[in-house]
Parts: sequence; structure tokens; C-alpha cells
Amino acid sequence: MQGRLLVIGGSAGSLQVVLSILKGIGQGFPLPVLIVLHRNSIFESSLEDLLYVRTHLMIKEVEEKQVLLPGRVYVCPPDYHVLVEQDHTTSLDYSERVNFSRPSIDVTFRSAADVYGPGLSAVLLSGGNADGAEGMEYVQQRGGFTILQDPQTAEVPYMPQQVLLRMTVDRIASADELPAVIRGLAHK
Amino acid sequence: MDIHPIQNEELELLLNDISMRYGYDFTEYSRASLQRRVQRLFLVDRFPSFAEFRYRLQNDCQYFKRFVEEITVNVTEMLRDPTFYRTLRTTILPILATYPFIRIWHAGCSTGEEVYSMAILLSESGLLHKSLLYGTDINPLVIEKARKGIFPVSQMQKYSENYIQSGGLKDFSRYYTANYHLAKFDSSLTARMIFSTHNLVSDFSFNEFQLILCRNVLIYFDRELQAKVFRLFDYSLENFGYLALGSKETLRFSPAAARYRQVGREKIWRKVKDAG
Repeated sequence: MQGRLLVIGGSAGSLQVVLSILKGIGQGFPLPVLIVLHRNSIFESSLEDLLYVRTHLMIKEVEEKQVLLPGRVYVCPPDYHVLVEQDHTTSLDYSERVNFSRPSIDVTFRSAADVYGPGLSAVLLSGGNADGAEGMEYVQQRGGFTILQDPQTAEVPYMPQQVLLRMTVDRIASADELPAVIRGLAHK
Repeated sequence: MDIHPIQNEELELLLNDISMRYGYDFTEYSRASLQRRVQRLFLVDRFPSFAEFRYRLQNDCQYFKRFVEEITVNVTEMLRDPTFYRTLRTTILPILATYPFIRIWHAGCSTGEEVYSMAILLSESGLLHKSLLYGTDINPLVIEKARKGIFPVSQMQKYSENYIQSGGLKDFSRYYTANYHLAKFDSSLTARMIFSTHNLVSDFSFNEFQLILCRNVLIYFDRELQAKVFRLFDYSLENFGYLALGSKETLRFSPAAARYRQVGREKIWRKVKDAG
């Protein structure tokens, strides 16, 4: 079972970029989209609502043992890691924070890379934390496609910069270019 | 950076060994989480090869104890999800109060923070004296810690905030004595608790309860094992008893669901009909 999946990871300063990506891909995108955002568990519990209102896409919070389906957008719940099983269902995990984060982008990237291999595309956006960098490298080692927001166009450049310190990504794109680049994945 | 993770087939071998040798069956655990934790242990303990890891696990039962400790998740906190505890306080405890004796089971209680949270609620409702709280976990080490009722003082501010949000009206610090970096919880709470190891995969029901709490445990089990554990809970729950799950868990996919009714918006279900 291989299939394809798009995972988008972001932290501080990434919400606007996520919104423009989602608007850019619109309805009928042929890959399931899984979004891992660092968020405050108390104050941003309605991230799905916000994304829905702004994009009118079908947005769901990840539930455990749920099959990831094309054309849907899934958002990781606050305070749980999200992993992907071989049968393309999701598992939640309340274990220790990774890179001070739960959900951790590294955890989801790695787990998704194990399952989807070359079928995985991983996007890492703005943030002030090193989470996601190791995961990006792992995605690439497993044959997946890595896309990075150009740190120069990131509101908080630290997170994408950490990636560039350790690897050469497959594609760097400015915040403005990202929606088109990701739309292009549909035809890969 | 590791580029040679333990393969699925290798993990399968390991789990079969463990099941045969020690009687612990992890084969129905959610594979992705398990894989991640086994992987991490393999790296932390610096095994040069999978074969050596496997050999050590087969032949060193002390190391197997460490394995169980490390691959099970023991993250917990007091009064986590304060609105859940508020519902317990305002909706569930007044009904339990009508029973002459209250038996509560915390299944997968880890280091016991939730058991102490419940004891505080019972105490404030004037029910603790007629309650018994059973805390069980697969992992003997966490049960040992739970019995002691000693938690890091550094957590107390967070717990105190949870306590207030859950509807607590007292000063949270009245429940513990701080000594350097440790907080020891009051022995009047501990006196109503019984801790024991229990494996939800293989052990049987050991009593009948009016309330079973099993929060953030089932997320680590696959659907079949979840269904099995729901049967165990169903069997262990009195008619009109309550089952409480974690905020992302649900009874919905269990065959038992038809006989349960959800209480409000929290993850609490009431058993309204016996299996018959």
C-alpha cells in the first residue's frame, strides 16, 4: 500500500501561508492534506473552524484510526502527536513533547515517510523552533519530495533556516509561490 | 541520524518473542507509535544490531522490564482537561453519591495523577470515605510511584490552575506537603486507593464498578484490541455505571455502543442496558 500524501508543517508565522496554500489548491486536490501546526491548546482550539471559514474546504481535525482520504484536509489536534499507520489510518499519541512540541512536525513527517515513501510530499513553513528539520531530511532519505518556504519570505525564518543547515531540499519557494508549487503536485 | 529503522518484519519478530517468552502481547498496539518507541529505545541503548537487541530481550528479563517501561507512554497530569473534571463534579458525582459504596477503576493510571485528582473531587463532595479507587497499569514501576503519591513540585502551579478551572474552590496546596522539589499528597487520599498491575490485553475483570476511567490509553491500541477492552469494561461496569475516555477517544465504533448513552459533550458514557 503506497498512495500519496501531502503533509504541511508550520509554527509561528505560518498560519497565513497555510491559508493561502489551501485557497490555492482549492477543492478536488487529489492528495489528502495533513497539517501539523504548533498551536496553543487553549486559545486556538477552533483552528478547523477558522480554516473552514476562510477556505470553504472540507477541514477535519484528525481523529484516531481514521483513513486519510484524497480531497480532504486534516488538522492535528492540539496536544497530541499524529502518526500514520501502514493502512493509511491515523494514530494519536500523547507521549513526551518532541522539540518542545506536541504535535511535533518531526514525528508526523517521519511516520508518514515510513508509510508513503516516495508518495509523500512534505512542506515546512515559517517558525521559531527546530522542529521539522530532522523530519524533512528523513522524508528525503525515504524518497519523498521536500518543499521549503524560503526563509527570506518567512515571518519567522528560524525553522526553515534549520533545514537548510542540514540538507538540500527538493524545492524552495517564496510564500507567494508556494500555492502554485503545491498545486503542481497534483500532476506529478 | 538513523537511516536504518527497525523494519516492520523485525518488529513483528520481536513482539512474537516477547509474547512467547514473557506473556505480554503487544501485537495489537497501534503499530506506528509502538514502532517509534521501540526504535527510540534501540537507539538510546546503543544496540549495534537488531539481532543483539532481540537476543538481549529474549535472555535478560531485567532488560525486558526496562522495555515495558520505555515503550509504554507514561505522560499524565492532574486534572487534565478541567472541563471533564467539572462535569464529573457537577453531573456524575451527585449520582454516585446515592450509592452506599462507590468503586472506581482507573485503567492505565500510569503514575497515578488522575487517581489523586479523583480522590480530591470525592473528598470535596464528601464521598471519599465511602469510595475505593482502583488504579491499574501494565507497568509495575509506575504503579510503585503512584502508591507513593509524590510528584514534582514544579508541576503544582499547572495543577493548581487546572484545579481552579475544574471548579475547585479551595487552595490546591492544602492537598500536599512540599519538601524541596517534591510534593507529597495527603495520606487521607492515598488511604482510599488500591494500586495493582493489570494488563488490559490479557487480564480479566476483577470487580464491578460504578465508574471506569481509561483516558489516553485506547489511542495506543488498534480497533480490534479496543473492542476487546470495551468488552472488558462493559463486563466490569454495573448497570447505569459510567465509562470515561480521553478527549480524542470514542466508544462509537464498539459493538457495545448501542447500550451506552453519552453524557453531554464530554467523553463520558452511561451504561443504560445490560448485555443480557
